[in-house]
Amino acid sequence: MADETPPEGNGTEAGEVVEAAEGAEGAEVPALGEREQALLDRLAAELGDGVVEHAEACGDLVVRVRPDSWRRAASVARSELDCDYLSFVAGIDWMPAEPFRGAPGGEPSQPSQPSDTAYGAAGSAGRFQVFARVQSTTDHHGVTLKTDVDESDPRAESWVEVYPGADWHERECWEMYGISFDGHPNLRHLYLPSEFQGHPLRKDFPLLAREVKPWPGLVDVEGPAGSDEAAGGDA
Amino acid sequence: MTHLLAVDIGWGWTLAIKTVVVLGLIPLGALILGYTFLLKMMSHMQSRLGPMDPGGFHGWFQLVGDGMKFLQKEDIMPEQADRRVFALAPAVVVISTFLIFVVIPTGPRLVVKDLDVGVFYALAVSSLSIIGVLMAGWASANKFALLGALRAAAQLIAYELPLLLAVVGVVVQAGTMNLNGIVTAQQNGAIFGWDGLGNPYILTQFVGFALFLVAAQAELTQTPFDMPVAESELVSGYMVEYTGFRFLFFFIGEFGTAFAFAALAATLVLGGWALPGVHGGTADLLGPLVLFVKLMAVAFLIFWVRFTYPRLREDQLQAMAWKYLIPIALANILVTGLFKVWL
Amino acid sequence: MSTTDRPVATRPSAVVPEIEVDPGAFRHLADAQMNVELDTGDMVLNLGPQHPATHGTLRLVVRLDGERVLAADPVIGYMHRGYEKLTEYRPYPQIITLINRIDWLSSFANEVPFVHAAERLMGIEAPPRAVYIRTILTELSRIATFILFLGEMGLQVGAMTPAFFGFRDREHVLNVIEGATGGRFHPNFNRVGGLKDDLPWGWIAECRRTMDIVFKSCDDFEDLLMGNEIFEARTRSIGIIPADVGTSYGVSGSNIRASGVDWDLRRDGDAYLAYRDVDFKVWTHPDGDSYARYWVRLQETRESARMVLQLLDAIPAGPIMAKVPRVIKVPEGECWVETENPLGQMGYYLVSKGSTGPFRTKIRSASFSNVSILPWLLQGVYIPDIITILASLYFILGDIDR
Repeated sequence: MADETPPEGNGTEAGEVVEAAEGAEGAEVPALGEREQALLDRLAAELGDGVVEHAEACGDLVVRVRPDSWRRAASVARSELDCDYLSFVAGIDWMPAEPFRGAPGGEPSQPSQPSDTAYGAAGSAGRFQVFARVQSTTDHHGVTLKTDVDESDPRAESWVEVYPGADWHERECWEMYGISFDGHPNLRHLYLPSEFQGHPLRKDFPLLAREVKPWPGLVDVEGPAGSDEAAGGDA
Repeated sequence: MTHLLAVDIGWGWTLAIKTVVVLGLIPLGALILGYTFLLKMMSHMQSRLGPMDPGGFHGWFQLVGDGMKFLQKEDIMPEQADRRVFALAPAVVVISTFLIFVVIPTGPRLVVKDLDVGVFYALAVSSLSIIGVLMAGWASANKFALLGALRAAAQLIAYELPLLLAVVGVVVQAGTMNLNGIVTAQQNGAIFGWDGLGNPYILTQFVGFALFLVAAQAELTQTPFDMPVAESELVSGYMVEYTGFRFLFFFIGEFGTAFAFAALAATLVLGGWALPGVHGGTADLLGPLVLFVKLMAVAFLIFWVRFTYPRLREDQLQAMAWKYLIPIALANILVTGLFKVWL
Repeated sequence: MSTTDRPVATRPSAVVPEIEVDPGAFRHLADAQMNVELDTGDMVLNLGPQHPATHGTLRLVVRLDGERVLAADPVIGYMHRGYEKLTEYRPYPQIITLINRIDWLSSFANEVPFVHAAERLMGIEAPPRAVYIRTILTELSRIATFILFLGEMGLQVGAMTPAFFGFRDREHVLNVIEGATGGRFHPNFNRVGGLKDDLPWGWIAECRRTMDIVFKSCDDFEDLLMGNEIFEARTRSIGIIPADVGTSYGVSGSNIRASGVDWDLRRDGDAYLAYRDVDFKVWTHPDGDSYARYWVRLQETRESARMVLQLLDAIPAGPIMAKVPRVIKVPEGECWVETENPLGQMGYYLVSKGSTGPFRTKIRSASFSNVSILPWLLQGVYIPDIITILASLYFILGDIDR
């Protein structure tokens, strides 16, 4: 395990959950771990110490690579692991969410996230991470790759050269998290208007609608399965 | 021709009546086609519910409703538009439609102007609408409209040729370009000596008729040749900036021209106003009705194709005109000519 | 026009090349020659955001030389609703309502992977009956989506009639979905651990009857369009997506199967729903053009109807809800769940921190990646082909913009 594993040991906890889930479905998915071990071995053989950490999440392989191996990881995945298919590239902000302004502990309609910093599968070096998933359409396996992004100067290597489809995903990630991608041909706004300020998916960016008018919340939540009623179709 | 139904009422009155008839005929024809085919036939074919509903019986009120909607709409003109040209364009399109009707005979004497070069004239004035379309496309100051207009120009010019060549066979067989003469030739003709039905040229000129229909479809910019309006590509092509009454003009022009081309086709190959054995005053009385029935049959074909087929691409359209329609039309003329000379 | 001999997948996408000609910059005759060659008076055309062919608010900035496309740049985001942010502020049951609206033509299929991800992290499994009903409704939404496509494609190439047939026949399928879920477009029927309700009485027979209509409808479309020479002329060898380019752009679903990639998550992905119990064929087509995409979807519609019939025969009895706590709290962990949705691969990367709502939800929607290939795909085609290609890729704006 890497040196920056958080004290909570979140990686192992996630592993336990996975095992529990696998117990329920294990009969259906035989020898998945074996295949993933093979994937990991090949990835590690190519990247060397570029692989920082790995974990298993819900039966899937999650590999964290060093930021300077990020693009190399993509090309290795594409050429060596036969992962010809790019599913997505996305960012994540591990900063604890701000506690809800209302009742302590949150009300049922407003989930309150724990206030301590915890990192997900395969850990993280800091607040921001970029993660991506590549898959093989021939061998039907897939791997989730993660890399750390420096909080003060958030940037990662671009995958566009390897997977042209990463273009839009990286643009989205750039505008949502403010993470720049080195080597991206034109990093400009994708969803948001070009004059938009801020990075909406960062945890410190408030959901403005809730700031203006608090969610009525409790009115909706009733039964055990949370039988919330949709307010009618809007399509 | 100063006689109308054998009554001499003076040239002034004749002219007035003729003008009113022609002016009334186009909107009426457009309405009839619009109602019968656009609203009723298409609704049946496409399982549409809307146009079958208003007014109770078979949705008869739909057309009135549509018309009222057009009249109520605001007359919008784009700021960048060339205002005079923009306003004039629909009129030019409709005028070309009016002019076709001048020569179409609805009876032995029921014709506005019995020109000796009737066929030639009709096809010539029908292509005047290109000018209106180009004017509309250019004046709208809209890229979609411009693209549509350029497509329309290219297409109408390309299909003038097969349209004309398709008709030449009929002209060769009848030996005249006078439309009344062509009708009479069919009425008085005989099929291998049997003259019970006359000799409608559809029997001998079926190739020409098919070519005429295809080319007419293109001239009318109807599916499968509706690239100039191409709803899903150019939104409405050259008509995109027109609203309300001006749009109605285009609509009338479109359906009025369909009416005119159907009438022309009926006259050229189906015997026009003629019924076998009906001559003189009776023919004058029955003529319009007979022509109308035949015209509706042709119009049915035109609209049937329109509601069934997908749209070709512009280059495929051109290829079709130059590679297939024109050679076939030329061969048709050659064969007709050979028969004419040797038989 | 040949689309096969293009360089493959190395071109940076989404760039509208700025063709700016500065006369002062050309000092040599050779440069001047280039100047003449470049200066062909290209025109920038805005297709959308309000355009009938973009089914919503996709905007395509197209640089044209005559009718030929020099470069195309899709501009999206007119309908961006920020679902990834919204999910961080809502508990799981409410999110199901939200994600209904991603791909609104097959809402039920959207719910499944999300609920599945939550269930996996919680280590619970929906009872078999619920799994079967979920499978049936997913396939019904696929049928509803595809029937609309089969008609809509006709409309985009200029034939009006199939579009109305599409809407007419989809109505039957929507009625069946409404019968079971109460919602025509947004069923909001899934719950973590099962379903909201059981099937109503008589529903199974009704569903069987509807499948007959679906088969007949497919035959209609085959007769109306597939055999039509004009339709073939408009779609064959138009918008060819080579398999390797398609996968590197993340094109999925029927679009990539039409390029000959034999990959269907129902068969090849992690076992989900009841697809392991169903006997079905994954249809592929080697051509990768618009025609192939239409063909594959037509076959898949039929295949889905066959699957529904099989599932209706085998549907087990039992409860429809697993035992779940009153307030749903998903344990810490992260989970990637992908499903084969009508439009392609739909996935949720769910990160939970043990709260009543997710910490982060990465929504991987199919249309987003399917459309991202457009700048590559549209180069050199004609304007009418843009429409054919857009129609055959079949995207839903909500699925692009999320």
